[in-house]
Amino acid sequence: MASLKEMRNRIGSVKATQKITKALQMVAAAKLRRSQDAAQNARPYAERMAAVIANLAAGVSGEGAPRLLVGTGSDQRHLIVVASSDRGLAGGFNSSIVRAARERISRLLTEGKDVRVLTLGRKARDQLKRLDRSVGAFEVGGSPSLAVAEEVSVKIRELFEAGDVDVVTLYFSKFKSVISQTPTAVQLIPAQVEASAAPIDLKGAVYEYEPDEETILEELLPRNITTQIFSAMLENQAGFYASQMTAMDNATRNAGEMISALTLKYNRSRQAQITKELIEIISGAEAL
Amino acid sequence: MADKLHFSLVSPERELFSGLVDQVDAPGSEGDFGVLAGHAPFMTALKEGPVTVHNDGQVTVYQVRGGFADVTPDGFTVLAEHAIEAV
Repeated sequence: MASLKEMRNRIGSVKATQKITKALQMVAAAKLRRSQDAAQNARPYAERMAAVIANLAAGVSGEGAPRLLVGTGSDQRHLIVVASSDRGLAGGFNSSIVRAARERISRLLTEGKDVRVLTLGRKARDQLKRLDRSVGAFEVGGSPSLAVAEEVSVKIRELFEAGDVDVVTLYFSKFKSVISQTPTAVQLIPAQVEASAAPIDLKGAVYEYEPDEETILEELLPRNITTQIFSAMLENQAGFYASQMTAMDNATRNAGEMISALTLKYNRSRQAQITKELIEIISGAEAL
Repeated sequence: MADKLHFSLVSPERELFSGLVDQVDAPGSEGDFGVLAGHAPFMTALKEGPVTVHNDGQVTVYQVRGGFADVTPDGFTVLAEHAIEAV
C-alpha cells in the first residue's frame, strides 16, 4: 500500500498533467477556428482552378497534350505523397493518414509496382521511415505556407520530368467537421479532371486563348499541383487542431476522473490511519 | 451604365474581391486588356502588373503577380498567384 505522501505526490502530478492537457485543448480550439477560416478562404481559388483545367482539358487531347495531364502512359512507378502534421498529441490523426497510405502501398507492392514515398510533415516521415522508400521529406513548419507547397510541388515535378515516377498520389486528411476527418487520396499526376466541374456554358461563342491552349495548360498544371498540396495542408491543419482538441478534451476528462478516484482513496487511507491511531491510544489508556 | 460585369479576384490564400463592376483592366501576357460586360470568352496568362477595377466612378487597383484571367459569359475571374490591394 502506497504511503500517504506518495499518494499526495501522485495526485499532484495528475493535476499538473490535467493543467497541460486543458491548456493544449484551449489553444487547439482557438487555432482551429483560424485554420478553418484559412481553409475556407482558399477554396474559391482551388475550385476555379479545377473548373478552368476541366474546361481546357476537354479541348486538348492526343499528341500535343501535356504529360502532366495525360501521364506517361505507364502506371508502373508510383509516388505516394503523404501529408501529415509536424506535431503529435492529436489522437489518431496522423496514424489514420499513414494507415491509408500504407494500405495503398502494400496493395501496389503486391501488384508488383514500384513505390516511392515523399513525406510532408514530421509525423509522416517518422512513421514511414522503416519502409525505407523515401525520396524526400519536407516539414510543414508552423502554419501552411504556399512556399512549402511550392517546394514539394517542384520536387514532385522534378521526379516526374526525370522519368522516375509515372503516377503521383497525395494522401491527406479531409476536414469534414470538428468530429470527423477522413484520410483522402488525390491523384496529382496524371491530373484528375473533375467530372463534376461542369464545362462552362459559352452560349455558342468560342473561347479565345492567348497565347494558346497548350501554353496555358503547361503553366496551369504545375500551379494546380501546388494548389492541391496547399489546400491539403490547410485541410490537414484544420483537421489536426480539431483532432487535438478532441483528444485533449478526453485526456482532461480522464485526468479529472483519476484525480477524484485517487482523492477518494487518499482520504480513505488517511481516515483509516487516524482510526487506527485512536484505537491504539484508547486501548493504551484502558490498559493502565 | 447598363450592364455590370461579375468580377472575382482570387489568390490561393483568399478571395480578394467578388462582385459586380463596370470595367476591369488587366495585364495580359500578350498585352493589357480591358473587360466590359458581355466580353467574348477569353483566357490568357497574366504578367506582373496592376489589375484595375472600375465601378461607379471609383477605381480600385490590385497588384498581381503570376496568374490567369478567365472570361466567360458568367463573368471575369482572375486567378493570381500573389495579389495585394495597392494603396
